Amino acid sequence: MRRVISVLLENEAGALSRVAGLFSARGYNIEGLSVAPTDDADVSRMTIVTWGDDAIIEQIIKQLRKLIEVIKVTDLSEGAHIEREMVLLKVQAESGEERAEVQRIADIYRSRIIDVTDASFTLEVTGDSRKVQSLLELFEPSQVVEVVRTGTTAVGRGARGM
Amino acid sequence: MKLTGAEIVVRCLQEEGVDTVFGYPGGAVLHIYDAFFKQDRVRHVLVRHEQGAIHAAEGYAQATGKVGVGLVTSGPGATNAVTGLATAHMDSVPMVVISGQVPTAMIGNDAFQEADTVGITRPCTKHNFLVKDVRELAETIKKAFYLAASGRPGPVLVDIPKDISADECEFEYPEDVHIRSYNPTIKGHSGQIKKAVELMRQAERPIFYTGGGVVLGDAAEELTQLVRKFQFPITNTLMGLGAYPGNDEQFVGMLGMHGTYEANMAITHCDLLIAVGARFDDRVTGKIERFAPNAKIIHVDIDPASISKNVEVDVPIVGHVQSVLEEMNQAADKIGTGDAGRLTPWWDQIQDWRGRNCLKYDRDSGLIKPQFVLEKLHEITGGNAIVTSDVGQHQMWAAQFYNFKRPRQWLNSGGLGTMGYGFPAALGAQMAYPDAQVACITGEGSIQMNIQELSTAKQYRLPVKVVNLNNGYLGMVRQWQELFYESRYAESYVDALPDFVALAESYGHVGLRTDKPGDVEGLLREAFSTDRLVFMDFVTDPQENVYPMVPAGAGLDEMVLV
Repeated sequence: MRRVISVLLENEAGALSRVAGLFSARGYNIEGLSVAPTDDADVSRMTIVTWGDDAIIEQIIKQLRKLIEVIKVTDLSEGAHIEREMVLLKVQAESGEERAEVQRIADIYRSRIIDVTDASFTLEVTGDSRKVQSLLELFEPSQVVEVVRTGTTAVGRGARGM
Repeated sequence: MKLTGAEIVVRCLQEEGVDTVFGYPGGAVLHIYDAFFKQDRVRHVLVRHEQGAIHAAEGYAQATGKVGVGLVTSGPGATNAVTGLATAHMDSVPMVVISGQVPTAMIGNDAFQEADTVGITRPCTKHNFLVKDVRELAETIKKAFYLAASGRPGPVLVDIPKDISADECEFEYPEDVHIRSYNPTIKGHSGQIKKAVELMRQAERPIFYTGGGVVLGDAAEELTQLVRKFQFPITNTLMGLGAYPGNDEQFVGMLGMHGTYEANMAITHCDLLIAVGARFDDRVTGKIERFAPNAKIIHVDIDPASISKNVEVDVPIVGHVQSVLEEMNQAADKIGTGDAGRLTPWWDQIQDWRGRNCLKYDRDSGLIKPQFVLEKLHEITGGNAIVTSDVGQHQMWAAQFYNFKRPRQWLNSGGLGTMGYGFPAALGAQMAYPDAQVACITGEGSIQMNIQELSTAKQYRLPVKVVNLNNGYLGMVRQWQELFYESRYAESYVDALPDFVALAESYGHVGLRTDKPGDVEGLLREAFSTDRLVFMDFVTDPQENVYPMVPAGAGLDEMVLV
């Protein structure tokens, strides 16, 4: 089962590689990982998207907690939460018809065109992974120049923090 | 007063009460060695290979319960230490290893003797540090000792660039240290403890299964009390031997791949398994589906990640084994241990299994049987020696036949299975206890993996007794090849062995050799009557196998017996 795990950890050199190393050393799946400092510059927050049965997820969480620099681990998928991912998508569009189509799609997906040339558009789209994926599928592979995804980041619903 | 980083390192070790450091000098640690030279409170033991230093520090730590300390230089010094670190990591041995590093400005430039030591050692240490500012050095070393010894213990590495060991700052050693993200649970959940004791009161076919955690947690006394109080049978893992007296009636021997028939059968048929400081390792469980299939399982461990990792447990208790066992003792005193008569059929069954005499061997052989040597070793040392072993058949025989009576008496590499561990570990133990009898049980394969330490033993006059069970083969490999590869002995015959007697003598030690069973006792007596290192080369039966044996992937009750 797919899980979204949030990790608060010391913002120190090596901490990220400890987490990445844990996943590779123990053969855990990793679909996505995003990390950045929080409002406290000494603390980073990492969002890990992984999958596995309950026993494996339990082990992943325990092993993460065992890392000395990890402060807190929460499985967001246990409760209501919101996931977001941003993608920067550069597509070719030269003919008038193509350019109109790209702009229509951008509109439907409430995305912004953040760069434009006479042969291309770059779109910025935010949403959960499904939305991002469905947008990407609308374009022919030959039309796509670059896809840049941030990976999923997530937050629990409600008034309380992690 | 301002001190250099090197002086700070030495002062920190003094503050931590370290009396012995095992190491090997080199360019990046020259400042630190210079600081060592100028003091005499911390003794430095010069080994002949960095792997030997780390194993010696491990032996020292395992024998004493104190944190073992190693000191190595950058690059190859650190990479040679890796096997020792991984060994200590698997067996949760508290260690602090200090490594030199190239100067800060040169890190990442492929400098001479540069290696990414924190990168390389990250997966084989409990934690590690690269010190980038001399003002952080003292606190980092304090943290290293704290992390190494607390919670589930383990090795911690501190990498110190050469310029940091030359830089100066005011020295103040922190009284204690707080790491906000690290708070090991000591006290077990009292509700869970009560629940566990209730199950114990009612169990009809219970067994204790205890591991290295009881030794590490200094909980042998609490364990022994509890086991005797309940009158349950108890089995130990390889790492847990000695935590319960090996000659006690309630002890059914080691369990697992080379465990006794009675221990493995009792595990298979028990209705309550009380696991303490053990981690359900694959060499212990055999085929997991067949491991204690009808039992409720109580698991006490300080590491939450050990619980329900391999086997789903019913009553998990996270906490320090000493504290949890003490609380269990108290609860049992309060609510009682149940009707003792209920255990009679279970003990009858166990006696029946014991009658199988699974450790028997041919006592009339004209060749030296390794088991016989170990029985004699036990007899001649009164069962009191500190025994280290390497890895292989001799390790299993030592575990089966020495009957350890106290914790920290049996030192071996259980988790990683590191050949080459035994001899340097014996040196470390002998350093800690100069007057103790220390025996290293080894084979002609393992001993050659760190034989250069005979030179260290000479320098420090360490009277370790080496018991070399020399069957000419990498015995455990040969055994598997005989049983599972139709006797195709691929590279398991050790040709061109040295003359071990002459070799020992060339290092200034005593060498003895025999291939006659009748000479075994006399030779052992001679060895233990001198205060010199004696290398005993016993030429043993090359065909002897370790039994019982649970083939890989089989259930514990599917043992091969002699």
